[in-house]
Amino acid sequence: MTAPPVPVAPAPAKPVKRHHWIVRLTHWMTFVLLAGMIMSGLQIYGAYARFGERGGPYYVNAFEDHAFPTWSRLGGWLAGGLNWHFALVWPLVAGGFVYLSYLALSGEWRSLLFRPRDIRGAIEMQKYYLRLRKDHPPQGKHNPLQKLTYTFIILLGVLSVLTGFAIYKPTQFSWLTALFGGFQAARYWHFWAVWIFTAFLIVHVILVFVVDPASLRAMISGWYRGRFPSHD
Amino acid sequence: MIDRRAFLQLAAGAGTASLAAACGWDGGNAVRPLLLDVSRVNDWVGEKILFSKTRLAPQYDIAERTARLPSYFISPAMPVLQDPQAWRLQVSGLVRQPVSLSIAELQALPRTTYTVKHHCVEGWSAIATWHGVPLSAVAERCGMLPQARYVRFDSFDSGYMNGWDLASAMHPQTILAYGMNDNPLPESHGAPLRVYSPTKLGYKMTKYLVSVTFTAERPGGYWEDQGYPWFGGV
Repeated sequence: MTAPPVPVAPAPAKPVKRHHWIVRLTHWMTFVLLAGMIMSGLQIYGAYARFGERGGPYYVNAFEDHAFPTWSRLGGWLAGGLNWHFALVWPLVAGGFVYLSYLALSGEWRSLLFRPRDIRGAIEMQKYYLRLRKDHPPQGKHNPLQKLTYTFIILLGVLSVLTGFAIYKPTQFSWLTALFGGFQAARYWHFWAVWIFTAFLIVHVILVFVVDPASLRAMISGWYRGRFPSHD
Repeated sequence: MIDRRAFLQLAAGAGTASLAAACGWDGGNAVRPLLLDVSRVNDWVGEKILFSKTRLAPQYDIAERTARLPSYFISPAMPVLQDPQAWRLQVSGLVRQPVSLSIAELQALPRTTYTVKHHCVEGWSAIATWHGVPLSAVAERCGMLPQARYVRFDSFDSGYMNGWDLASAMHPQTILAYGMNDNPLPESHGAPLRVYSPTKLGYKMTKYLVSVTFTAERPGGYWEDQGYPWFGGV
């Protein structure tokens, strides 16, 4: 295996087309809509800030009976929060569906989906980050750890929608609600997703600015001219 | 109806919200009516697509009952009948024969008992057993007319009321409950009679019931008129 050396300094590389407009549009749509979903969700959470059947026992929850600050909430009161939540979910799910359809039809999924064959590469990448390996392993559009993260976050999105439906219609979708361990458990996982999304967002933004600022421009214009021009 | 422009306005609103970070922002006068329009779409989806007329809510063992089921009313003090003997349920509207029924007469009609999970819009849930007559049996008793599309439930709790779609009202588990956990319905839970259905959120289940009216026009509701989802199905 010959590892092509990755240029360390920003090379005046030829710009390459990196993101289709569908990807860019759905990316920013998701950012705005997910922010609105989380904020209206925090508003809704305040109406009953714990998990578990009435009378307990209650689930382990660092935010039990916690009121989130007003700046983090959307809706003003419970009904407002619900109406925001149930309005924003439509374009959010529609955008997600368009994005996944694009991945499937264009073949782009190959550069994004983490598969068993990526395990070895992920270990090598981790070694590089831990400085156990000096040279940057060769990669395609995304390195195996990125693939793992993006695959995970897409699954988390699917899980959020499913737990959402389990809470929204626990009688009509009682089988789905039961699958998540019941109504209160489904609420619990739905709430957990918020913190995983938030953690992802923070790490995602830090990595963009620290490791590859050019990727931000690429997500806006579609064109990439940075350190990692390799493509599948 | 919601169109693409409305969706874009919503999306833009959400973005502004995350940036402006105003205190308890609800969208303001520009967005609020739009949200209510979408809520009406969601009512339609809830009733016509997601609701099943035959699917029954899961039932639980009586050992799983919640020790204390929370209860609410909107009056300053718990609504209590001055003369319980004089209470009768008025059933009218689009029916062949309006009727007035006493508790004894309601108890003589077919009886349904189930132990189900109660879902509050706030997010809590609790399990209790309910005893009552299916609303469909009452509709049959008074000869509901085919023009009936909605049902209006009125109470003696400071005018608290709810409007229901007919499909949910005629669901086999939608009952007029006169009993709870093997006892007569307690005052805190709407004595002498309340609406109960495991297909609806708590605020849809009118307590302290005085009348059932079948209508062609969609009735509002106490919380629904203030912005809560009208369908309120679970």
